[in-house]
Amino acid sequence: MSYDYAKYLRKGKLPHIWCAGCTYGIILKSLIRAIDGIGWAKDDIALVSGIGCASRLPGYVDFNTLHTTHGRSIGFATGVKLANPKLNVIALGGDGDMTAIGGNHFIHACRRNIDLTIFVFNNNIYGMTGAQYSPTTPKGAWATTSPYGMAENTFEITSLAIGSGASFVARTTAYHVAHCEKMMKEAFQHKGTSVVEIINACPTGFGRKNKFKTPASMLTWMKDSAVNIERAKNMSPEELVGKYTIGVLHKVDKPEYIETYDTTVGLKK
Amino acid sequence: MAKAERIEIIEKWCKGCEICVEFCPTGAIEMRDFKVAVKDLEKCTACMQCELRCPDFAIVIYKKDKE
Ligand SMILES: Cc1ncc(C[n+]2csc(CCOP(=O)(O)OP(=O)(O)O)c2C)c(N)n1
Ligand code: SF4
Ligand code: SF4
Ligand code: SF4
Repeated sequence: MSYDYAKYLRKGKLPHIWCAGCTYGIILKSLIRAIDGIGWAKDDIALVSGIGCASRLPGYVDFNTLHTTHGRSIGFATGVKLANPKLNVIALGGDGDMTAIGGNHFIHACRRNIDLTIFVFNNNIYGMTGAQYSPTTPKGAWATTSPYGMAENTFEITSLAIGSGASFVARTTAYHVAHCEKMMKEAFQHKGTSVVEIINACPTGFGRKNKFKTPASMLTWMKDSAVNIERAKNMSPEELVGKYTIGVLHKVDKPEYIETYDTTVGLKK
Repeated sequence: MAKAERIEIIEKWCKGCEICVEFCPTGAIEMRDFKVAVKDLEKCTACMQCELRCPDFAIVIYKKDKE
């Protein structure tokens, strides 16, 4: 046994609802190891989600958990953090939840640089509702709402976060289990808005109709497409075609929202 | 020589996704009736690839105590 997850799991909740080969289960495990690794007490964590398959995650873990409305995890998380700044607040959701219906909350949390950790589970599709395209469905890919192939451009989630003002931005994948755990830990330890895009696989909604015969082949796709940011620095643009970088993409120190708010309104000197 | 004392499979949680079998470098496990099963414990190097990537908490490797 490399790790015993039982301490953090709510009893009697397994098996989880995710499909066979859905990588969200792998992320759940990375999340538990990351939290255990930095030693936060369970009661000092608030884990907030929106709606979608990704957003079912908080139901399985024994923290303070909130399962809210579609796209609103960050809104609720902001409220929780303002009411009790001592809590370690994590908001998570799918690419649809976070960048389509919840896109506005996403950019404004980043703009404020409020001390939240935001995990975007990017599986390139709306999994829960039957494979409609999302803002991250690749050009040309099949979705029920793009039967001829996706015609729109995609959001680049990490660039969106950096452009909006987040002070820590990273990318990782479900395949890179140790790296994922590490990125989560670094995000937790950073003061300000931390965004981690986690590349995921939805074998049911995305994979089957986009030439991925098995869940494992989608993990291999991640393994082959991801390039560590340090390695990428020595690669030519040609070598990076069809790849994406993983690692800490952006990290700056800048004033955190709640502290600035408190001094601005005179609660703190 | 086998490095694992035991491979535990929690059958009621295994969804048969085959991720563990695909990423096992030694062929110690296989699919049987849509669930994972131990094929050859002797081959297992206790590398934990299967346990780390199983999305369903359904396979656990118990390492042998160091002699
Ligand atoms: C206001 C509102 N609009 C639409 C829906 C339907 N709906 C539920 S989940 C979802 C999208 C889920 O996709 P994503 O956020 O990418 O998460 P995934 O299921 O892929 O994890 C939608 C559109 C809803 N629940 N509420
Ligand atoms: S529909 Fe997709 S995202 Fe939802 S549980 Fe199934 S594989 Fe995972
Ligand atoms: S621990 Fe490694 S060798 Fe043993 S079954 Fe798992 S993947 Fe195969
Ligand atoms: S990875 Fe887990 S759920 Fe998938 S076949 Fe192996 S043990 Fe079963």
